[in-house]
Amino acid sequence: MTVRICDDVDAAVSGVEDGATVLIGGFGMAGMPVELVEALIRQGASGLTVVSNNAGNGDTGLAALLAAGRVRKMICSFPRQSDSWVFDRLYREGRIELEVVPQGTLAERLRAAGAGIGAFYATTGAGTLLAEGKETREIAGRAHVLEYPIKGDLALIGAHRADRMGNLVYRKTARNFGPVMATAATTVVAQVRDVVETGGLDPEAIVTPGIYVDRVVKVVPTP
Amino acid sequence: MSTATAPAEHLDRGPLTRDELAARVARDIPRGSYVNLGIGQPTLVADHLPGASGVVLHTENGMLHMGPAARGEQIDPELINAGKTAVTELPGAAYFHQADSFAMMRGGHLDVCVLGAFQVSAAGDLANWHTGAADAIPAVGGAMDLAVGARQIFVMMTLFAKDGTPKLVPECTYPLTGKACVNRVYTDRATFLVGPEGAVVTETFGISFADLAARLDVPLVAGPAA
Repeated sequence: MTVRICDDVDAAVSGVEDGATVLIGGFGMAGMPVELVEALIRQGASGLTVVSNNAGNGDTGLAALLAAGRVRKMICSFPRQSDSWVFDRLYREGRIELEVVPQGTLAERLRAAGAGIGAFYATTGAGTLLAEGKETREIAGRAHVLEYPIKGDLALIGAHRADRMGNLVYRKTARNFGPVMATAATTVVAQVRDVVETGGLDPEAIVTPGIYVDRVVKVVPTP
Repeated sequence: MSTATAPAEHLDRGPLTRDELAARVARDIPRGSYVNLGIGQPTLVADHLPGASGVVLHTENGMLHMGPAARGEQIDPELINAGKTAVTELPGAAYFHQADSFAMMRGGHLDVCVLGAFQVSAAGDLANWHTGAADAIPAVGGAMDLAVGARQIFVMMTLFAKDGTPKLVPECTYPLTGKACVNRVYTDRATFLVGPEGAVVTETFGISFADLAARLDVPLVAGPAA
């Protein structure tokens, strides 16, 4: 299905159901689709499982979604940061479930979901707490842990620029989880700074082909 | 002249300072290596790599050939390192997404990774992600991926915790990050090779080999100066 260019962020996140699994891009605030997450708060879905590298920074974006009590479970690699006070409080009060996943395994589980891979073995985490309860197998003399895909109902990602086909380019280290999350959800929404005409992006430079993207919305950064 | 193996004992000085330790680690990074420096103390190593070293720094949030910390006008919130500090790009830099960044790691393409640690065992087990305390919020980031991925893992740490307990131990008591993954341990008091043969001391700083052996619970092998 071809991409829909939305007029505003609220239209871009319509239809999210309670209990959905939402992939949210970004590494810290770089690539975090703050305005889409704010729209998701207004949209009102609750009981969400959120997959993101971190568990919110400061009081905006993912942190605001957590503060609004909409998230039942966080799947992330690095929740604890100097400015993750919202998550820290919810966790200590027992009001949120946490699944910690090594960062590369998180990325690969998302990639697997988008690439039709049923499961994979990785050396990461073998012999550690994070492998407990998981099948471990020795392959080529090294212990490997069996990991399953993480598939989202919705992905919210921040990219730099889109064309009207939904092709995306990113900027510097804000790329991070965007390209893998874009492959791994039923509905993929990208917020970008600019939407150019079809043909306005160099086909050689496109990072996320439009086939993965369902909705695009232009968000002008507030200075 | 005897060629018996003995570590280099630097007794005319005290322990290494943080900067001296970073410089010591930097000296052992082969020219032209692809290197990942962990969050915290290991980032200091970058300041001691000579410009001509040809070392390319990898940051796991998706960049190769990362430059020094950004200052003033250079600060760009979309150009950060794994510690979320603003950095710069060097000519020849490349950006890539998270799955590629960690494929690079697990796939054995990085030559060296320098990590901090809570504890390292003589066999090279690493504990650096979680204290295991009941109220601690576990956060692993890329530590486990780095531990199993880079061809060589260097740990950089103080040899003793603030309460004086050794951080080079027979068995880690903190939750493990990776098993038998560390190759070398650089500390303020001594440099060690670790692995299946146990802990080999190659040099000491402000402490003799005998005194060092007396303060650790790990059997030490006196190794040749590296």
